[in-house]
Amino acid sequence: MNMIDKALGVHPQSLDLRSRRMEVLAQNIANADTPHYKARDVDFRSVLSESRTTTLRATHPKHLEVAELEGGNGVMFRNPFNVAFDGNTVELNVEQAQYGKAAADYQATLNFLENRISGMRKALKGE
Amino acid sequence: MGLDQIFGIAGSALNAQTTRMNAVASNLANASTVAGSDKEAFRGKRTVFKAVLEETVQPRDVDFKGGVKVDALTDDPSPVRRMSDPGNPLADKDGFVYLSNVNEMTEMVEMMAASRSYQNNVEVVNTARQLMLRTLEITRS
Repeated sequence: MNMIDKALGVHPQSLDLRSRRMEVLAQNIANADTPHYKARDVDFRSVLSESRTTTLRATHPKHLEVAELEGGNGVMFRNPFNVAFDGNTVELNVEQAQYGKAAADYQATLNFLENRISGMRKALKGE
Repeated sequence: MGLDQIFGIAGSALNAQTTRMNAVASNLANASTVAGSDKEAFRGKRTVFKAVLEETVQPRDVDFKGGVKVDALTDDPSPVRRMSDPGNPLADKDGFVYLSNVNEMTEMVEMMAASRSYQNNVEVVNTARQLMLRTLEITRS
């Protein structure tokens, strides 16, 4: 199992992160008409590098388990170009563009994963 | 986690925008109603949206999904016009009837905004659905 994880590399985590980013952007679009709503976004690079750093592990039964550190999931508020009169910072065009880009990124990661998997299939079949 | 939540989020937005559209339809339908007093006159209805935040979801173990909900329906605060129409059976003792404060132009703009927002969310659902289907086919390559 560990070997398969290694073969897939960073891509499963990155796929998870990309889908989370799409979720955040979908929330922004859903709240485009909500007064005082502040648009948010995920900083992909910082979250991914955070998830790849080694965490503390209990190596002795008398060690205390270390609680998982959560840095707010890397979700941050967006810096808007303009703020609407009602305090809403969602700019629909920006969100749409970002959502499209996020979808393309997701497909790219999906392609990487597909390639890894088909490579493993080839190795298993030995053809 | 992730893509499947988008359906819930966008769905809540579709619901909210439908409510807004309903309010607009009601306003337009009542645009030319008259009443016998200032108090009874029809006032345009406005929807107020509110983001659903994690802290506000009551049972904490329920899988959180964000989105938007209709927080309130408020009356348009603009003043009600009155018109002299002594022949109207609803007229008060001075012969005035009270019109609604609905502005048709504003309502049409509101309707267009609601329908655009609705379309945006439909597009979000479509994209998420396509990506989900592609993810399911990852092992077929």
